[in-house]
Amino acid sequence: MPINYFLILSAFLFCAGAYGVVARRNSVLVLMSVELMLNAVNINLVAFSTGLHDVAGQVFALFVITIAAAEVGIGLAIVLLIFRNLRSPDLDRVEQLKG
Amino acid sequence: MWAQQVAFWIIAVAMGLSAIGVVRSRNVVHAALFLVVVLAGSAAIYILLLAEFVAWVQVLVYIGAIVVLFLFGIMLTRAPMRDDAGKLDNDQRLASGVVSLFLFGVLTVFLIDAFSDQKIRFTDSLVAQGSARAVGSDIFHQYVIPFEVVSMLLLAALVGAVVLARRD
Amino acid sequence: MLDHVWIIPLIPAVSFVLILLFGKKMPFKGAEIGIAAIGSAFVLAVITVVQWIDRVEHVTGKHEGLAALGRGVLGVAEKGGEHAPEVEPIIHSFTWWQNGAAKFTIGARTDGLVVMMLIVVTTISLLVHVYSTAYMRGDRRYTYFYAALSLFSASMLMLVISSNLLQLLVGWELVGLCSFMLIGHWWEEKPNSNAALKAFLTTRTGDIGLLIGVIVCFFAAGTFDIGGINRYAIGPNADHGLLLVAAIALMFAIMGKSGQFFLHTWLPDAMAGPTPVSALIHAATMVVAGVFLGARVYPVFWNGFSIAGGGINMMALIGGVTILIGAALAFVQDDIKKVLAYSTISQLGYMVMALGVGAWGASVFHLFTHAFFKALLFLGAGAISHAATHHSFDMKKEMGGLRKFMPITFWTFMIGTLALAGIFPLAGFWSKDEILATASQGDFKIFMVIGLIGAAMTAAYMTRCVYLTFFGQYRGHHHPHEAERTITVPLIILAVLSIVAGLLNAAPFHIEKFTAWVDQVGPFPELLHPKFDYLLAASSVTIASVLIGIAAFFWFRREEIGALHELTQRNKLAHAGYAFLANKYYLDDLYEGVVVAGVKGPIARASYWLNQNVIDAFVKGTGRTAVAVGRATYAGLDRVVVDGAVNGLARETGAAGGGLSKVQSGKLQRYALMLLAAVGLIGLAVFVYNVV
Repeated sequence: MPINYFLILSAFLFCAGAYGVVARRNSVLVLMSVELMLNAVNINLVAFSTGLHDVAGQVFALFVITIAAAEVGIGLAIVLLIFRNLRSPDLDRVEQLKG
Repeated sequence: MWAQQVAFWIIAVAMGLSAIGVVRSRNVVHAALFLVVVLAGSAAIYILLLAEFVAWVQVLVYIGAIVVLFLFGIMLTRAPMRDDAGKLDNDQRLASGVVSLFLFGVLTVFLIDAFSDQKIRFTDSLVAQGSARAVGSDIFHQYVIPFEVVSMLLLAALVGAVVLARRD
Repeated sequence: MLDHVWIIPLIPAVSFVLILLFGKKMPFKGAEIGIAAIGSAFVLAVITVVQWIDRVEHVTGKHEGLAALGRGVLGVAEKGGEHAPEVEPIIHSFTWWQNGAAKFTIGARTDGLVVMMLIVVTTISLLVHVYSTAYMRGDRRYTYFYAALSLFSASMLMLVISSNLLQLLVGWELVGLCSFMLIGHWWEEKPNSNAALKAFLTTRTGDIGLLIGVIVCFFAAGTFDIGGINRYAIGPNADHGLLLVAAIALMFAIMGKSGQFFLHTWLPDAMAGPTPVSALIHAATMVVAGVFLGARVYPVFWNGFSIAGGGINMMALIGGVTILIGAALAFVQDDIKKVLAYSTISQLGYMVMALGVGAWGASVFHLFTHAFFKALLFLGAGAISHAATHHSFDMKKEMGGLRKFMPITFWTFMIGTLALAGIFPLAGFWSKDEILATASQGDFKIFMVIGLIGAAMTAAYMTRCVYLTFFGQYRGHHHPHEAERTITVPLIILAVLSIVAGLLNAAPFHIEKFTAWVDQVGPFPELLHPKFDYLLAASSVTIASVLIGIAAFFWFRREEIGALHELTQRNKLAHAGYAFLANKYYLDDLYEGVVVAGVKGPIARASYWLNQNVIDAFVKGTGRTAVAVGRATYAGLDRVVVDGAVNGLARETGAAGGGLSKVQSGKLQRYALMLLAAVGLIGLAVFVYNVV
């Protein structure tokens, strides 16, 4: 089975996630899109782990899953904070960095 | 071989469509449910790749915990369940679509150029490699220090989330 | 000790950490840690000096050791001048990183110049530490002040002993940082923090030159090692063009750090810091780091500026201009510390000019003597503000007649003044005279004349300063009294040093110990050894004395005739000259109005312009751009003719205007989109490059 099947599927998920990250206004949806991107990375890792007969890729995938969980926890806390301060979950209200 | 190909295509198409659903859905809860489909699909892909343990962790952590977190987030931020005014997306949707497709094109060209001659050979040893025993022994021998570091990271994230979200 | 000089900077570095950690809990709030540390560093420096002298005397065939030091100081005659065999510097270094042929080392270098700097820095620093216990008593950041002093001492000593230019660069930046911290010690007041920023940014401008110079030296000589660079620069393979570039770049560093014209404007403003800091950092040690750099890699300048050939070179010219400018500006200051600051600029000009005319030894000797009497003058000014005028430095409003109230301060200040003016036999006489003698005996007559004029001006403005401060009627509103012991004792020690330090190199008595001990720095060009010129010495002393007399007469009579004040009001020309000087040649206005505004405005406007034209222009911009360009050209041409280039350019960019600032929308997702697009484009570029 060509390894490219998995890699291109992963690339597609990654780009869909990237689209969501830049085009979504609602911050919860942005976080979901980030998860999509992380998931795409995991598919890559596991595909190479199987293709190269090396378990390291799977271990890394586990670490990524763990860190994704932590990231969602912190991310949602930040979203709540934004919501509480700006009365809205919309990210384009967060523009204090304006030059 | 043939059965695997069919399974892959079914899963892949479902995942692709659901991924589009996640980023294009006009209803936040629907987006979360689409995300469940994508995550379950990747678990199935892991099974297909004989990474059994990772697949189960994916189901437990992602579908069991993270999606629930997302539903809480939706609830707490009072996101509109239905989006009629197009408020879920911002004004750079078109540019984002173009850039994402462009990026996908570049990646695809890259991958075809680099890996088109590589094939995965499925052997019996791969089944053992994906088992909880093999992965666990690797984590606790070779990767024990990263494992401990990750546990510290989780602790820090826990404390951080509490500090951030606490209402003073 | 010669093999372990690295311990000397280490002690204050440790003290810095200790003061930060425990200072507040100590009975004297950290001052005792700082004093103990710098005290032991001083003792070690003295041991180093004694051992170095021993070594030099040993190598040069005179097995006299310690006795030589005593004889040298006491001025017992000894025949000097014969060429002594070379004393090799002691270098200990280790490699901390190697990348191919480039090797980066850390190390300590001990030679005559280093030993001289070690004793100067530790002596002044120790006295300033003691002095500050009284001067800074009750300060809101007393502990922090001592921590910063310790860090400064450590960085300065590290700079001095470094065996390669990279390490020197680290020390150089660290002392700049400490200077910034200490100038802004009372940062609550806006002018102080502004002064700190100005000092930091101006010296940083020069530091770019240092960085470039170090890199060019590395590419020329293939090493960062000071000995290696010097050996290369005087060797037969030296590339004169490269060395010229390096010398010009390093000259910028010297101009920034040592307050040379036209980067000198930060130094008077730096007087916003506490007075002990001004004495230590902005008179005796940090500002001479530039001169030290010049002396350290002197062969680079020697070859780069072709100093051996005589005539006029950049180094001597900048030094000479600085002498005159600094001295002229010192005339019109009412703030005693500003007088001293401009005087420092002028004296640093002497050192740089001396390097430029090949008087290496004289320059270093002047650095040595100047450190003592200028620190003395600054500490004296500090004593006045501490005990008599309640922290004011205004000579015209708050001082006058202090001679009766503060006898010790008065006499020590007088000694410092006479030493600075170059009156025989005080320290400044010997060093200044050596500079002038070398300039006249080499092919640098014009610089000797500049030096003489500078000496005359120095005598005159110091007379004015002493008169306004110590003579006449007391004009302040406080109760002046003599300062306490911890302040006067350092003053007395410095006064003694200001008297005797010059005798180390008293040529007419055949004492040239300073040259013999310090002039041992490894590979070096063959320098002209000046003969003592009685006529020149006599004339410079006479000129200085006459000028002191004239100035004194003028200022003493002033109360009756009110001369200068009315002269500047009666006579338009004199008034214009006074205003020109009082506004410091309008240099600050030039920098702030033109350079800073020019950088701030056009960049914003240029980015605005980019945005308007790149993003909007596709739709509706073509016609408007044409109009804007036409208008801008018209306005630009017109204004260039009418208003001059600066205004016109600013207006043109402004008129054409709009902003990359729109790209800085503050919207995260806009940034993320650009990031993704860039990743895609770079990926494509790499792919195309590799495949096609």
